[in-house]
Amino acid sequence: MEDRSRFTYRFTTPLSGLAQRFTFLGLLIVAFALMLIAKADVAVMERLRAQVTDSVSPIIDIMSRPISIVNDAIVQINSLATVHERNENLRQDKERLMHWQSVARMLEAENQALRAQLNYIPGPQASYVSARVIADTGGAFVHSVLLNIGYQPGVDKGHAVVTGEGLIGRVESVGGRATRVLLISDLNSRIPVLIEATRTRAILAGNNSNRPRLIHLVPGATVSPGDRIVTSGHGGVFPVGLPVGLVDAVNEGGISVLPFVPRDRLEYVRILDFGLKGIINDDGLDK
Amino acid sequence: MKPALWSRLDMIARCITPFGLTVLLVLINVLPLQVPGLSRIMPLFPLMSIYLWAVHHPNLMPTYAVFFIGFLQDTLIGTPIGVHIITYLMVYGTVVWQRRFLVGKPFAVIWVGFSLVAAGATIANWLLVSLYYLILIKPEALVFQYLLSLGAFPLLSWLFMRWQLAFLSELGH
Repeated sequence: MEDRSRFTYRFTTPLSGLAQRFTFLGLLIVAFALMLIAKADVAVMERLRAQVTDSVSPIIDIMSRPISIVNDAIVQINSLATVHERNENLRQDKERLMHWQSVARMLEAENQALRAQLNYIPGPQASYVSARVIADTGGAFVHSVLLNIGYQPGVDKGHAVVTGEGLIGRVESVGGRATRVLLISDLNSRIPVLIEATRTRAILAGNNSNRPRLIHLVPGATVSPGDRIVTSGHGGVFPVGLPVGLVDAVNEGGISVLPFVPRDRLEYVRILDFGLKGIINDDGLDK
Repeated sequence: MKPALWSRLDMIARCITPFGLTVLLVLINVLPLQVPGLSRIMPLFPLMSIYLWAVHHPNLMPTYAVFFIGFLQDTLIGTPIGVHIITYLMVYGTVVWQRRFLVGKPFAVIWVGFSLVAAGATIANWLLVSLYYLILIKPEALVFQYLLSLGAFPLLSWLFMRWQLAFLSELGH
Protein backbone atom coordinates (compact mmCIF):
# COMPACT_ATOMS: atom_id res chain seq x y z
CA MET A 1 0.00 0.00 0.00
CA GLU A 2 2.78 2.33 1.00
CA ASP A 3 4.73 1.50 -2.14
CA ARG A 4 1.75 2.02 -4.33
CA SER A 5 0.86 5.44 -2.95
CA ARG A 6 4.44 6.58 -3.25
CA PHE A 7 4.43 5.39 -6.84
CA THR A 8 1.14 7.16 -7.59
CA TYR A 9 2.44 10.29 -5.97
CA ARG A 10 5.62 10.31 -8.00
CA PHE A 11 3.77 9.51 -11.18
CA THR A 12 1.25 12.27 -10.81
CA THR A 13 3.51 15.03 -9.55
CA PRO A 14 2.74 17.57 -12.25
CA LEU A 15 5.19 19.04 -14.67
CA SER A 16 7.97 16.96 -13.23
CA GLY A 17 8.33 14.60 -16.12
CA LEU A 18 8.51 15.12 -19.83
CA ALA A 19 5.10 13.49 -20.29
CA GLN A 20 3.52 15.94 -17.85
CA ARG A 21 5.01 18.89 -19.69
CA PHE A 22 3.68 17.57 -22.97
CA THR A 23 0.23 17.11 -21.42
CA PHE A 24 0.34 20.70 -20.18
CA LEU A 25 1.42 22.14 -23.53
CA GLY A 26 -0.98 19.87 -25.39
CA LEU A 27 -3.97 20.99 -23.31
CA LEU A 28 -2.95 24.64 -23.72
CA ILE A 29 -2.86 24.17 -27.50
CA VAL A 30 -6.25 22.41 -27.38
CA ALA A 31 -7.64 25.40 -25.47
CA PHE A 32 -6.41 27.84 -28.13
CA ALA A 33 -7.78 25.53 -30.82
CA LEU A 34 -11.19 25.51 -29.09
CA MET A 35 -11.20 29.30 -29.12
CA LEU A 36 -10.41 29.37 -32.83
CA ILE A 37 -13.09 26.78 -33.58
CA ALA A 38 -15.58 28.81 -31.53
CA LYS A 39 -14.71 31.87 -33.60
CA ALA A 40 -14.97 29.99 -36.90
CA ASP A 41 -18.01 27.80 -36.26
CA VAL A 42 -20.36 29.28 -33.71
CA ALA A 43 -23.00 26.55 -34.10
CA VAL A 44 -20.79 23.63 -33.06
CA MET A 45 -19.66 25.35 -29.87
CA GLU A 46 -23.19 26.49 -29.07
CA ARG A 47 -24.37 22.88 -29.23
CA LEU A 48 -21.52 21.74 -27.01
CA ARG A 49 -22.25 24.55 -24.57
CA ALA A 50 -25.95 23.69 -24.47
CA GLN A 51 -25.17 20.03 -23.75
CA VAL A 52 -22.80 20.81 -20.89
CA THR A 53 -25.22 23.39 -19.47
CA ASP A 54 -28.03 20.82 -19.67
CA SER A 55 -26.07 18.28 -17.69
CA VAL A 56 -25.26 20.65 -14.80
CA SER A 57 -28.46 22.69 -14.79
CA PRO A 58 -30.35 20.30 -12.44
CA ILE A 59 -27.56 20.73 -9.86
CA ILE A 60 -27.58 24.53 -10.18
CA ASP A 61 -31.38 24.48 -10.01
CA ILE A 62 -31.28 22.66 -6.67
CA MET A 63 -28.43 24.84 -5.37
CA SER A 64 -30.27 28.05 -6.26
CA ARG A 65 -33.43 27.10 -4.37
CA PRO A 66 -32.19 27.87 -0.83
CA ILE A 67 -31.01 31.25 -2.08
CA SER A 68 -34.45 32.16 -3.36
CA ILE A 69 -35.97 31.01 -0.07
CA VAL A 70 -33.57 33.22 1.91
CA ASN A 71 -34.23 36.12 -0.45
CA ASP A 72 -37.98 35.68 -0.07
CA ALA A 73 -37.59 35.68 3.70
CA ILE A 74 -35.54 38.90 3.59
CA VAL A 75 -38.15 40.54 1.39
CA GLN A 76 -40.90 39.43 3.78
CA ILE A 77 -39.13 40.87 6.81
CA ASN A 78 -38.35 44.10 4.99
CA SER A 79 -41.94 44.48 3.88
CA LEU A 80 -43.16 43.98 7.48
CA ALA A 81 -41.14 47.00 8.56
CA THR A 82 -42.64 49.25 5.93
CA VAL A 83 -46.13 47.84 5.81
CA HIS A 84 -47.93 51.05 6.85
CA GLU A 85 -46.02 53.25 4.49
CA ARG A 86 -46.57 50.81 1.64
CA ASN A 87 -50.24 50.61 2.41
CA GLU A 88 -50.58 54.35 2.13
CA ASN A 89 -48.58 54.38 -1.12
CA LEU A 90 -50.71 51.59 -2.54
CA ARG A 91 -53.91 53.48 -1.65
CA GLN A 92 -52.65 56.53 -3.51
CA ASP A 93 -51.51 54.37 -6.41
CA LYS A 94 -54.92 52.76 -6.58
CA GLU A 95 -56.65 56.13 -6.82
CA ARG A 96 -54.31 57.22 -9.57
CA LEU A 97 -54.69 53.95 -11.42
CA MET A 98 -58.48 54.05 -11.24
CA HIS A 99 -58.28 57.33 -13.10
CA TRP A 100 -55.93 55.79 -15.67
CA GLN A 101 -58.20 52.80 -16.01
CA SER A 102 -61.09 54.98 -17.06
CA VAL A 103 -58.83 56.81 -19.50
CA ALA A 104 -57.59 53.48 -20.90
CA ARG A 105 -61.17 52.18 -21.33
CA MET A 106 -62.09 55.30 -23.21
CA LEU A 107 -59.02 55.07 -25.44
CA GLU A 108 -59.61 51.37 -26.05
CA ALA A 109 -63.13 52.06 -27.24
CA GLU A 110 -61.90 54.88 -29.44
CA ASN A 111 -59.07 52.69 -30.75
CA GLN A 112 -61.48 49.90 -31.66
CA ALA A 113 -63.77 52.30 -33.45
CA LEU A 114 -60.86 53.75 -35.43
CA ARG A 115 -59.50 50.30 -36.26
CA ALA A 116 -62.89 49.25 -37.54
CA GLN A 117 -62.95 52.29 -39.82
CA LEU A 118 -59.47 51.55 -41.19
CA ASN A 119 -59.78 47.75 -41.67
CA TYR A 120 -56.71 47.45 -39.43
CA ILE A 121 -55.10 44.00 -39.30
CA PRO A 122 -54.10 43.32 -35.69
CA GLY A 123 -50.57 42.06 -34.88
CA PRO A 124 -50.01 38.49 -33.73
CA GLN A 125 -51.14 37.56 -30.23
CA ALA A 126 -48.43 36.56 -27.80
CA SER A 127 -48.32 33.34 -25.89
CA TYR A 128 -45.85 33.00 -23.06
CA VAL A 129 -43.97 30.50 -20.94
CA SER A 130 -42.82 31.33 -17.40
CA ALA A 131 -39.47 30.21 -16.05
CA ARG A 132 -37.23 30.60 -13.05
CA VAL A 133 -33.75 32.11 -13.24
CA ILE A 134 -31.35 29.45 -11.94
CA ALA A 135 -28.02 31.07 -12.73
CA ASP A 136 -26.74 34.58 -13.24
CA THR A 137 -23.78 33.55 -15.28
CA GLY A 138 -22.41 37.05 -15.17
CA GLY A 139 -18.87 38.00 -14.50
CA ALA A 140 -17.42 41.05 -16.12
CA PHE A 141 -17.44 39.65 -19.65
CA VAL A 142 -20.87 38.25 -20.32
CA HIS A 143 -24.34 39.33 -19.22
CA SER A 144 -26.59 36.31 -19.47
CA VAL A 145 -28.83 34.20 -17.25
CA LEU A 146 -29.92 30.57 -17.35
CA LEU A 147 -33.58 29.57 -17.06
CA ASN A 148 -34.82 26.25 -15.74
CA ILE A 149 -36.77 25.23 -18.84
CA GLY A 150 -35.59 23.47 -21.95
CA TYR A 151 -36.90 23.07 -25.43
CA GLN A 152 -40.71 23.22 -25.63
CA PRO A 153 -43.34 24.98 -27.73
CA GLY A 154 -43.05 28.72 -27.21
CA VAL A 155 -39.37 28.66 -26.34
CA ASP A 156 -37.06 29.30 -29.23
CA LYS A 157 -33.97 31.25 -30.14
CA GLY A 158 -34.66 34.97 -30.44
CA HIS A 159 -37.84 35.14 -28.37
CA ALA A 160 -38.19 38.17 -26.13
CA VAL A 161 -37.77 37.60 -22.39
CA VAL A 162 -39.63 39.98 -20.08
CA THR A 163 -40.71 40.51 -16.51
CA GLY A 164 -43.75 42.50 -15.46
CA GLU A 165 -41.66 45.67 -15.69
CA GLY A 166 -40.14 45.30 -19.11
CA LEU A 167 -37.74 43.62 -21.51
CA ILE A 168 -34.68 41.88 -20.08
CA GLY A 169 -33.22 40.19 -23.14
CA ARG A 170 -33.67 37.51 -25.75
CA VAL A 171 -33.27 33.74 -25.84
CA GLU A 172 -29.77 33.00 -27.03
CA SER A 173 -29.82 29.21 -27.02
CA VAL A 174 -32.19 26.46 -25.92
CA GLY A 175 -31.09 23.10 -24.59
CA GLY A 176 -32.90 20.08 -23.26
CA ARG A 177 -33.18 21.37 -19.70
CA ALA A 178 -31.89 24.93 -19.67
CA THR A 179 -32.26 28.09 -21.71
CA ARG A 180 -29.69 30.84 -21.96
CA VAL A 181 -30.93 34.43 -22.12
CA LEU A 182 -28.68 37.18 -23.46
CA LEU A 183 -29.45 40.29 -21.41
CA ILE A 184 -29.88 43.66 -23.09
CA SER A 185 -26.76 44.92 -21.30
CA ASP A 186 -24.47 42.29 -22.87
CA LEU A 187 -21.76 43.38 -25.28
CA ASN A 188 -23.35 41.35 -28.09
CA SER A 189 -26.91 42.59 -27.59
CA ARG A 190 -28.39 44.91 -30.24
CA ILE A 191 -32.10 45.68 -29.93
CA PRO A 192 -34.01 47.90 -32.37
CA VAL A 193 -35.87 50.46 -30.24
CA LEU A 194 -37.97 53.60 -30.47
CA ILE A 195 -38.00 56.70 -28.34
CA GLU A 196 -41.63 56.40 -27.40
CA ALA A 197 -42.66 60.04 -27.51
CA THR A 198 -40.91 61.08 -30.72
CA ARG A 199 -40.97 57.66 -32.49
CA THR A 200 -37.28 58.13 -33.32
CA ARG A 201 -35.61 54.85 -34.22
CA ALA A 202 -32.38 53.74 -32.64
CA ILE A 203 -30.45 50.64 -31.68
CA LEU A 204 -29.96 49.79 -28.01
CA ALA A 205 -26.44 48.42 -27.75
CA GLY A 206 -25.20 46.62 -24.66
CA ASN A 207 -21.73 47.42 -23.40
CA ASN A 208 -21.36 45.09 -20.40
CA SER A 209 -22.30 47.89 -18.00
CA ASN A 210 -25.65 48.44 -16.30
CA ARG A 211 -26.37 51.30 -18.73
CA PRO A 212 -26.68 50.17 -22.35
CA ARG A 213 -26.34 52.87 -25.00
CA LEU A 214 -28.47 54.19 -27.83
CA ILE A 215 -26.64 54.17 -31.13
CA HIS A 216 -27.46 54.82 -34.80
CA LEU A 217 -29.89 57.62 -34.09
CA VAL A 218 -31.08 59.80 -36.94
CA PRO A 219 -28.88 62.94 -37.00
CA GLY A 220 -30.64 65.83 -35.31
CA ALA A 221 -32.95 63.62 -33.26
CA THR A 222 -33.84 65.12 -29.90
CA VAL A 223 -33.36 62.92 -26.88
CA SER A 224 -33.58 64.03 -23.30
CA PRO A 225 -33.16 62.26 -19.96
CA GLY A 226 -36.35 60.58 -18.83
CA ASP A 227 -37.59 59.62 -22.33
CA ARG A 228 -39.14 56.16 -22.41
CA ILE A 229 -37.53 53.60 -24.70
CA VAL A 230 -39.61 50.76 -26.15
CA THR A 231 -38.88 48.03 -28.69
CA SER A 232 -39.56 49.08 -32.27
CA GLY A 233 -40.26 45.72 -33.86
CA HIS A 234 -37.85 46.46 -36.71
CA GLY A 235 -36.00 43.41 -37.91
CA GLY A 236 -39.06 41.34 -37.13
CA VAL A 237 -37.68 39.75 -33.99
CA PHE A 238 -39.44 41.53 -31.16
CA PRO A 239 -42.98 42.89 -31.15
CA VAL A 240 -43.56 46.63 -31.04
CA GLY A 241 -43.81 48.48 -27.76
CA LEU A 242 -42.22 46.27 -25.11
CA PRO A 243 -40.96 48.69 -22.44
CA VAL A 244 -37.17 48.71 -22.21
CA GLY A 245 -36.00 51.63 -20.07
CA LEU A 246 -35.63 55.35 -19.56
CA VAL A 247 -32.98 57.61 -21.06
CA ASP A 248 -30.55 58.15 -18.21
CA ALA A 249 -28.05 60.68 -19.50
CA VAL A 250 -27.20 62.43 -22.76
CA ASN A 251 -23.62 63.61 -23.12
CA GLU A 252 -20.56 63.46 -25.37
CA GLY A 253 -20.02 59.83 -24.41
CA GLY A 254 -23.38 58.95 -25.94
CA ILE A 255 -26.89 58.31 -24.71
CA SER A 256 -27.16 55.86 -21.83
CA VAL A 257 -30.36 54.05 -20.92
CA LEU A 258 -31.43 52.80 -17.51
CA PRO A 259 -33.33 49.52 -18.05
CA PHE A 260 -36.66 49.12 -16.24
CA VAL A 261 -35.60 45.74 -14.90
CA PRO A 262 -32.49 45.73 -12.71
CA ARG A 263 -30.41 42.66 -13.43
CA ASP A 264 -30.06 41.73 -9.77
CA ARG A 265 -33.77 41.33 -9.22
CA LEU A 266 -34.42 38.63 -11.77
CA GLU A 267 -36.25 35.67 -10.31
CA TYR A 268 -39.18 34.66 -12.49
CA VAL A 269 -39.36 35.72 -16.12
CA ARG A 270 -41.64 35.15 -19.11
CA ILE A 271 -40.59 34.10 -22.59
CA LEU A 272 -42.90 35.71 -25.14
CA ASP A 273 -43.76 34.00 -28.38
CA PHE A 274 -45.28 36.27 -31.01
CA GLY A 275 -44.71 33.81 -33.81
CA LEU A 276 -42.10 36.20 -35.24
CA LYS A 277 -39.04 34.72 -36.85
CA GLY A 278 -37.46 37.77 -38.43
CA ILE A 279 -33.75 37.86 -39.07
CA ILE A 280 -32.73 35.92 -36.00
CA ASN A 281 -32.48 32.54 -37.72
CA ASP A 282 -29.75 33.80 -39.95
CA ASP A 283 -26.71 33.09 -37.85
CA GLY A 284 -24.66 35.65 -39.73
CA LEU A 285 -26.89 38.43 -38.45
CA ASP A 286 -27.30 36.99 -35.02
CA LYS A 287 -24.15 38.39 -33.48
CA MET B 1 -10.35 -7.71 1.62
CA LYS B 2 -13.26 -5.55 2.65
CA PRO B 3 -11.39 -3.06 4.80
CA ALA B 4 -8.82 -2.67 2.02
CA LEU B 5 -11.55 -1.86 -0.45
CA TRP B 6 -13.11 0.65 1.90
CA SER B 7 -9.84 2.33 2.64
CA ARG B 8 -9.13 2.55 -1.08
CA LEU B 9 -12.54 4.11 -1.73
CA ASP B 10 -11.94 6.47 1.14
CA MET B 11 -8.56 7.38 -0.30
CA ILE B 12 -10.03 8.04 -3.74
CA ALA B 13 -12.82 10.15 -2.26
CA ARG B 14 -10.26 12.24 -0.39
CA CYS B 15 -8.10 12.60 -3.47
CA ILE B 16 -10.86 13.94 -5.69
CA THR B 17 -12.09 16.51 -3.16
CA PRO B 18 -9.81 19.32 -4.45
CA PHE B 19 -11.29 18.85 -7.92
CA GLY B 20 -14.81 18.42 -6.54
CA LEU B 21 -14.58 21.54 -4.38
CA THR B 22 -13.34 23.60 -7.32
CA VAL B 23 -16.22 22.42 -9.52
CA LEU B 24 -18.59 23.33 -6.69
CA LEU B 25 -17.06 26.83 -6.56
CA VAL B 26 -17.59 27.22 -10.32
CA LEU B 27 -21.27 26.42 -9.77
CA ILE B 28 -21.55 28.69 -6.73
CA ASN B 29 -20.05 31.51 -8.77
CA VAL B 30 -23.04 31.50 -11.13
CA LEU B 31 -25.85 31.28 -8.57
CA PRO B 32 -28.24 34.24 -8.78
CA LEU B 33 -27.52 35.81 -5.40
CA GLN B 34 -29.71 38.85 -6.09
CA VAL B 35 -27.30 41.21 -4.37
CA PRO B 36 -27.19 44.43 -6.42
CA GLY B 37 -24.08 44.60 -8.55
CA LEU B 38 -22.47 41.48 -7.13
CA SER B 39 -22.91 39.24 -10.15
CA ARG B 40 -20.60 41.44 -12.22
CA ILE B 41 -17.81 41.44 -9.68
CA MET B 42 -18.20 38.01 -8.07
CA PRO B 43 -14.82 37.04 -6.56
CA LEU B 44 -12.77 34.61 -8.64
CA PHE B 45 -13.32 31.61 -6.35
CA PRO B 46 -12.37 28.91 -8.88
CA LEU B 47 -9.10 30.75 -9.60
CA MET B 48 -8.31 30.90 -5.87
CA SER B 49 -9.06 27.21 -5.55
CA ILE B 50 -6.78 26.24 -8.44
CA TYR B 51 -4.03 28.47 -7.04
CA LEU B 52 -4.31 27.06 -3.52
CA TRP B 53 -4.33 23.43 -4.62
CA ALA B 54 -1.47 24.04 -7.05
CA VAL B 55 0.54 25.44 -4.13
CA HIS B 56 -0.37 22.86 -1.50
CA HIS B 57 -1.32 19.65 -3.32
CA PRO B 58 -0.47 19.83 -7.04
CA ASN B 59 -0.59 16.05 -7.20
CA LEU B 60 -4.30 16.16 -6.32
CA MET B 61 -5.07 18.74 -9.00
CA PRO B 62 -3.72 17.35 -12.26
CA THR B 63 -3.48 19.36 -15.46
CA TYR B 64 -6.52 17.77 -17.10
CA ALA B 65 -8.64 18.59 -14.02
CA VAL B 66 -7.65 22.26 -14.46
CA PHE B 67 -8.56 21.98 -18.14
CA PHE B 68 -11.98 20.57 -17.28
CA ILE B 69 -12.65 23.29 -14.67
CA GLY B 70 -11.81 26.01 -17.20
CA PHE B 71 -14.02 24.33 -19.77
CA LEU B 72 -16.94 24.11 -17.35
CA GLN B 73 -16.55 27.76 -16.37
CA ASP B 74 -16.48 28.90 -20.01
CA THR B 75 -19.53 26.88 -20.97
CA LEU B 76 -21.52 28.01 -17.95
CA ILE B 77 -20.82 31.73 -17.91
CA GLY B 78 -20.88 32.07 -21.68
CA THR B 79 -17.38 33.39 -22.32
CA PRO B 80 -15.77 32.06 -25.53
CA ILE B 81 -14.80 28.44 -24.83
CA GLY B 82 -11.07 28.39 -24.20
CA VAL B 83 -10.63 31.70 -22.38
CA HIS B 84 -10.77 30.37 -18.84
CA ILE B 85 -9.06 27.13 -19.81
CA ILE B 86 -6.05 29.12 -21.02
CA THR B 87 -5.89 31.43 -18.00
CA TYR B 88 -6.36 28.59 -15.49
CA LEU B 89 -3.72 26.45 -17.18
CA MET B 90 -1.32 29.42 -17.22
CA VAL B 91 -1.96 30.11 -13.53
CA TYR B 92 -1.50 26.44 -12.71
CA GLY B 93 1.66 26.14 -14.77
CA THR B 94 3.18 29.29 -13.27
CA VAL B 95 2.43 28.23 -9.69
CA VAL B 96 3.73 24.68 -10.11
CA TRP B 97 6.84 26.02 -11.85
CA GLN B 98 7.53 28.59 -9.11
CA ARG B 99 6.23 26.41 -6.29
CA ARG B 100 9.46 26.39 -4.31
CA PHE B 101 8.96 30.11 -3.55
CA LEU B 102 5.50 29.49 -2.14
CA VAL B 103 5.28 26.14 -0.44
CA GLY B 104 5.71 26.21 3.33
CA LYS B 105 5.96 30.02 3.33
CA PRO B 106 3.92 32.30 5.64
CA PHE B 107 0.40 33.09 4.55
CA ALA B 108 1.34 36.67 3.57
CA VAL B 109 3.72 35.35 0.90
CA ILE B 110 1.03 33.07 -0.51
CA TRP B 111 -1.40 36.01 -0.52
CA VAL B 112 1.06 38.24 -2.39
CA GLY B 113 1.64 35.35 -4.80
CA PHE B 114 -2.10 35.18 -5.40
CA SER B 115 -2.31 38.93 -5.97
CA LEU B 116 0.30 38.66 -8.74
CA VAL B 117 -1.15 35.55 -10.31
CA ALA B 118 -4.73 36.89 -10.17
CA ALA B 119 -3.62 40.18 -11.77
CA GLY B 120 -1.97 38.22 -14.57
CA ALA B 121 -5.03 36.02 -15.00
CA THR B 122 -7.42 39.00 -15.05
CA ILE B 123 -5.34 40.80 -17.65
CA ALA B 124 -5.03 37.62 -19.73
CA ASN B 125 -8.82 37.10 -19.55
CA TRP B 126 -9.44 40.68 -20.57
CA LEU B 127 -7.02 40.45 -23.48
CA LEU B 128 -8.40 37.13 -24.73
CA VAL B 129 -12.06 38.22 -24.60
CA SER B 130 -11.23 41.61 -26.14
CA LEU B 131 -9.32 39.91 -28.95
CA TYR B 132 -12.09 37.38 -29.48
CA TYR B 133 -14.76 40.03 -29.90
CA LEU B 134 -12.33 42.59 -31.40
CA ILE B 135 -13.60 45.24 -29.01
CA LEU B 136 -12.13 46.81 -25.89
CA ILE B 137 -14.05 45.55 -22.87
CA LYS B 138 -14.55 48.12 -20.12
CA PRO B 139 -12.11 47.21 -17.37
CA GLU B 140 -13.88 48.80 -14.36
CA ALA B 141 -15.80 45.69 -13.30
CA LEU B 142 -12.62 43.64 -13.64
CA VAL B 143 -10.72 45.92 -11.29
CA PHE B 144 -13.44 45.58 -8.65
CA GLN B 145 -13.62 41.85 -9.19
CA TYR B 146 -9.87 41.62 -8.71
CA LEU B 147 -9.92 43.67 -5.49
CA LEU B 148 -12.86 41.69 -4.12
CA SER B 149 -11.00 38.47 -4.91
CA LEU B 150 -7.94 39.67 -2.98
CA GLY B 151 -10.20 40.40 -0.03
CA ALA B 152 -11.98 37.05 -0.19
CA PHE B 153 -8.77 35.06 -0.59
CA PRO B 154 -7.91 34.67 3.13
CA LEU B 155 -11.39 33.29 3.84
CA LEU B 156 -11.23 30.57 1.21
CA SER B 157 -7.62 29.91 2.10
CA TRP B 158 -8.57 29.33 5.73
CA LEU B 159 -11.45 27.02 4.78
CA PHE B 160 -9.17 24.97 2.54
CA MET B 161 -6.54 24.77 5.24
CA ARG B 162 -9.12 23.34 7.65
CA TRP B 163 -10.18 20.91 4.94
CA GLN B 164 -6.60 19.81 4.35
CA LEU B 165 -5.95 19.27 8.04
CA ALA B 166 -9.16 17.32 8.42
CA PHE B 167 -9.05 15.08 5.36
CA LEU B 168 -5.79 15.29 3.48
CA SER B 169 -3.07 15.52 6.12
CA GLU B 170 -2.09 11.87 5.73
CA LEU B 171 -1.62 12.16 1.99
CA GLY B 172 1.57 14.18 2.31
CA HIS B 173 2.77 16.98 0.02
